[in-house]
Amino acid sequence: MPDKFLFAMEVMLNGLMAGVLYSLVALGFVLIFKASGIFNYAQGVMALFAALTLVGIKDGQIPFAHLINAIFGTNIHHFGWHLPAFVAIIFTVIVMIGFAWLVQRFIFRHLVNQEPIILFMATIGLAYFLEGVGDLMWGSDIKKLDVGIPKGMNETIELLTYNRFGYGFFIDNLDIFATFLAVILVTVLVGFSQYTKQGRALRAVADDHQAALSVGISLGYIWVLVWSIAGVVALVAGTVWGAKSGVQFSLSLIALKALPVLMLGGFTSIPGAIVGGLIIGVGEKLFEFLVGPMIGGATENWFAYVLALVFLVFRPQGLFGERIIERV
Amino acid sequence: MNNVSQDHFVTADGRSIGGALMEMQNITLRFGGVVALEDISFDILEGEVRAIIGPNGAGKSSMLNVISGFYVPQEGQVLYRGSLRPAMKPFQVATQGIARTFQNIALFEGMSVLDNVMTGRITKIKSGIFSQMIWKGRAEREEIENREVVEKIIDFLEIQAIRKTPVSRLPYGLKKRVELARALAAEPSLLLLDEPMAGMNVEEKEDMSRFILDVNSEFGTTIALIEHDMSVVMDLSDRVVVMDYGKKIGDGTPDEIRNNQEVIDAYLGVSHD
Repeated sequence: MPDKFLFAMEVMLNGLMAGVLYSLVALGFVLIFKASGIFNYAQGVMALFAALTLVGIKDGQIPFAHLINAIFGTNIHHFGWHLPAFVAIIFTVIVMIGFAWLVQRFIFRHLVNQEPIILFMATIGLAYFLEGVGDLMWGSDIKKLDVGIPKGMNETIELLTYNRFGYGFFIDNLDIFATFLAVILVTVLVGFSQYTKQGRALRAVADDHQAALSVGISLGYIWVLVWSIAGVVALVAGTVWGAKSGVQFSLSLIALKALPVLMLGGFTSIPGAIVGGLIIGVGEKLFEFLVGPMIGGATENWFAYVLALVFLVFRPQGLFGERIIERV
Repeated sequence: MNNVSQDHFVTADGRSIGGALMEMQNITLRFGGVVALEDISFDILEGEVRAIIGPNGAGKSSMLNVISGFYVPQEGQVLYRGSLRPAMKPFQVATQGIARTFQNIALFEGMSVLDNVMTGRITKIKSGIFSQMIWKGRAEREEIENREVVEKIIDFLEIQAIRKTPVSRLPYGLKKRVELARALAAEPSLLLLDEPMAGMNVEEKEDMSRFILDVNSEFGTTIALIEHDMSVVMDLSDRVVVMDYGKKIGDGTPDEIRNNQEVIDAYLGVSHD
C-alpha cells in the first residue's frame, strides 16, 4: 500500500525532527554531567528561564516589575523598547553566563567532593529557585516568542514530494530550522571538546579533580565555563521550543523528555544525545502510527520511557556511554 | 644542614647544583587538633634530588602537599626563587612550574596515555579558543610544538608502545610512569614525586630510579621525592630531610643521615618520651 508507506515516511521524518528537539535538551544534561558528574535537574528550568529572559529583554519588559510595583507603589512595566532578536540573544547569553557564575560561586563551590546524590539534590533546589525567580522577574503569563524562526509547512518540500510521489509531505519549517541549529551546535561542541585546551581541560576535570589541579587547571573556571555552555544550550532549546509552543511553565517539563534520551544515548556522550533523541523521536511517532490505533492511542506519553527501560536492562550504559567495569 | 653554601657547585657526576629554588620556613600545619607539620624548615637547591623520608604518618605527604599548594599551612612561609610565595591554589602553583605525582596515582583514566601526557602541557597553550577549533595559525604551531615535547618525553620514559592505550588498562607500574610523563610534559623547574616507587617490584623500582636520575641529569630538573625504600633513597638523592611525628629530625647528605643518631632511633623504634 504505497500511500500508507508514504505516510509512514512522513511520520518518520517528523519523528526525526521531533527527536532533534529532544536532543537539544539532552545536550545540556550531557555537558554538565560529563564535566562535573552532576545530573542537573534544573536544565529544563534553565531552558524556560533563558526563553523568558529572551522574551523579556526583547520586548523591553522591566525585570521584577511586579515586585517593584508592589513595594514602591509604582506602576512600571516596560522600558518601551523592542530590541532586534540578535541583540536580545546576546544579552540573554550574558545573563546565562552570569547565572553560571552565581551557581558556581554560591552553590557548587561549597559542595566540592560531596556525594553525587547531594549535588543532585542541590540542582533540584536550584530548579525550584530558578523557576520562582523566573516568575518573579518576568511574570508567569504565557508569552509569545518571535525571534524570526520560520514556522509553518515547508511548501517546497510539499511540492517536490507531491510531484514525485503524488503525496505532499508536511514538514514544519521550524523543525528544519531546529535541525540545522542542532547540527551547528553539535559541530561546535564536538570541536570545542575535542580540539581546544578548554575542552581537554573539561575532560580532565571530569576524570580526576586532583590530577586536573596538578597540571594547572582551575576547577572553578572550568565549571563556570561548563554551566555557561549548558546555559547557552538551554537558551537554544528554550528558544526553539518556545517558538513552537509559547514560553510558559510547561517548557521546563521538556527536561522529562530528555531523560529517556539520556538513558538511550548515554549520559556522557554528545553524539549519544543526538542519536538517542532521534531514536526516541522516530520510535514514538512510528509506534503511535503503527501500534497506536490498535491499543487506543496516546502512546507518545509513555513509549519513550518504556524504550528507555528496555535499554536499561540490556545496555545500562546507553548506546555511547562509557562502560563501567569493576575489577574484582 | 641549612648551612649548605648558596654558591653553585658541581657534583661528582658532573651535575651543577645551585642556589635555593625553594625554601620552606617554619612551616606548621594543623588539622583541627592534630599537628601534621611542626615548625619545619628546609630548602631545595636548584638541580638537586632532594628526598623526604620518615616513618608512616611522619607528615611527608603533607609537606609535599604544602609545596604544591594542596594544603595551606597555618604558619610559616614558602619562598620560591628567593621571593615570598603568596597563598596559592594548586592550579596556580602548577602554572609556576611545579609539577607533581601522587601517592595513589591520579591519572585521567578515560584518556589514552598520549592524551594524559598532552594534558600536562595544557598551561602552555596560549592561542585563542577559535583558532584552536579551526586548527589554524598559532594553534597549529603550538600543537605541533607540544606534540614534539610530549613525544620526546614518551621516548625518554620508554612508553612508546602504549601511547594509544587507555590508561585504565595499564598495570600499576606503567601507570606510575605515565604519571611521571605527564608531570614532565609541563617541563617543570621543580618536580615533586610522592612515593614514585611504592608498590613496585624490584625491576620496576630499578627502572623508575634510572628514569628519575636521567630526568635530573638530562633535563636538569630539580626533584623532591618521598620514598620509603631506604636503599633507593640513599642511592638517588643528593640531600635528605628526615621527618618523624611532624617534626624534622635530620637534614643532610645520605652519609650524614646514615650516621645521625636521632634518625637511627626513629627508624629502629626507640620509645618516645
